Amino acid sequence: MKITHHPDPASLMSCSAGSMPEAFGAVMAVHFSLCPCCRQELSVMEHIGTTLFDQLMPATVVRPAPIAAMRAMEADDDARVTPKTAVGDVPQPLVASIGYHLDKVPWKRVGPGVWQHQIALSDPSRGELRLVKVGPGQALPAHGHRGDEMTLVLRGSYTDSSGVYRAGDVADLDDAFEHQPVADAIDGCICLIAVQGRLRFKSVIARLAQPFTGF
Amino acid sequence: MIPHMITARPGGRGSNGPGPISMAEFLQRIAERGDVEAFRKLFQAYAPRVKAYMMRQGANPDTAEELAQETLLTVWRKAGLYSGEKGSATTWIFTIARNLRIDRLRRELSWVELPDGHDEEPSPDALPDELLSEQERKIRVQAALATLPPDQFEVVSLSYIEGLSHSEIAERLQLPLGTVKSRMRLAYHKVRESVEDLK
Repeated sequence: MKITHHPDPASLMSCSAGSMPEAFGAVMAVHFSLCPCCRQELSVMEHIGTTLFDQLMPATVVRPAPIAAMRAMEADDDARVTPKTAVGDVPQPLVASIGYHLDKVPWKRVGPGVWQHQIALSDPSRGELRLVKVGPGQALPAHGHRGDEMTLVLRGSYTDSSGVYRAGDVADLDDAFEHQPVADAIDGCICLIAVQGRLRFKSVIARLAQPFTGF
Repeated sequence: MIPHMITARPGGRGSNGPGPISMAEFLQRIAERGDVEAFRKLFQAYAPRVKAYMMRQGANPDTAEELAQETLLTVWRKAGLYSGEKGSATTWIFTIARNLRIDRLRRELSWVELPDGHDEEPSPDALPDELLSEQERKIRVQAALATLPPDQFEVVSLSYIEGLSHSEIAERLQLPLGTVKSRMRLAYHKVRESVEDLK
């Protein structure tokens, strides 16, 4: 898999800090599972966290080491390294949410040639995460973004003014960017999309008017 | 920035180097034979800092203390995943604390898992060269952070230590989101440059 579009470095830092809204963290995790080069970058960024962590003034700890709790707890055998074998075409971080096969996702049709599947998040007010499937050659309406949006291609590809996005590629867009993605003429496209969600009245109206917001 | 004054700090320069038993070695002992004394040492070294971290992330002292205990318990439970060549003991413990914070303080899922030691690049046994570059990288990152302009250091610190997202930082500092991101990017490039020749 040749990945040519990577997340914004600012996103990489936020991710290594553990400060990203969950939807974006999910997209990043999938990208990391496919992109050794960003995993490497992440490990460099983690040194920033470690360094700042190291420089914190230690707080006084009142309770002793939890030796009893620890003894009661067997070492986690699951924690032993077990190579993950690929069963389907869904990247590891998403398997728990959608299973192993993209074709078995319970897709909901939201328009001609467009299907989606919402992935539940712990706090829906902080963002949205969804899978979107677009039929071959299908164009989506030109759209800007209300907030940040991060899209990762899982299958097929799409093209917009900024280039071609293939499996593993990430489009890390801010709200200023307007684009009109067109799915691949033969394979169409399946994407994982995170959008920043703040419930605003305006966006509710937009949602009623057009079921496919975020695009 | 606090100058590097205390030499015995956990995960400091000595952590992988020669001399007294390093934190990484304590971690290995826990992994290999469930060494309780090694755990006690790790606890003493790291719990106060994990507690401080949790408090900066918004936990009250009681919760922070609980999360420090839980972080170290996770270290015990998952010690089998730790492998020295993947990073320093401090980095590993920091990532555990970070994920626990997402889970408990944000009540969200931490999608990015702990490094699990079977990545393709590193070899199963840490070569001395790799340990060296690991230490060297750490020193360089420290130096790069120490020379960041205050406005860049501020956004980095708010992100890593206070746990704020880009938009929360923008709100806190009354800045456009784009400015926050560009400061983060500038900081990133300085850190990246400082370790460029090590890989």
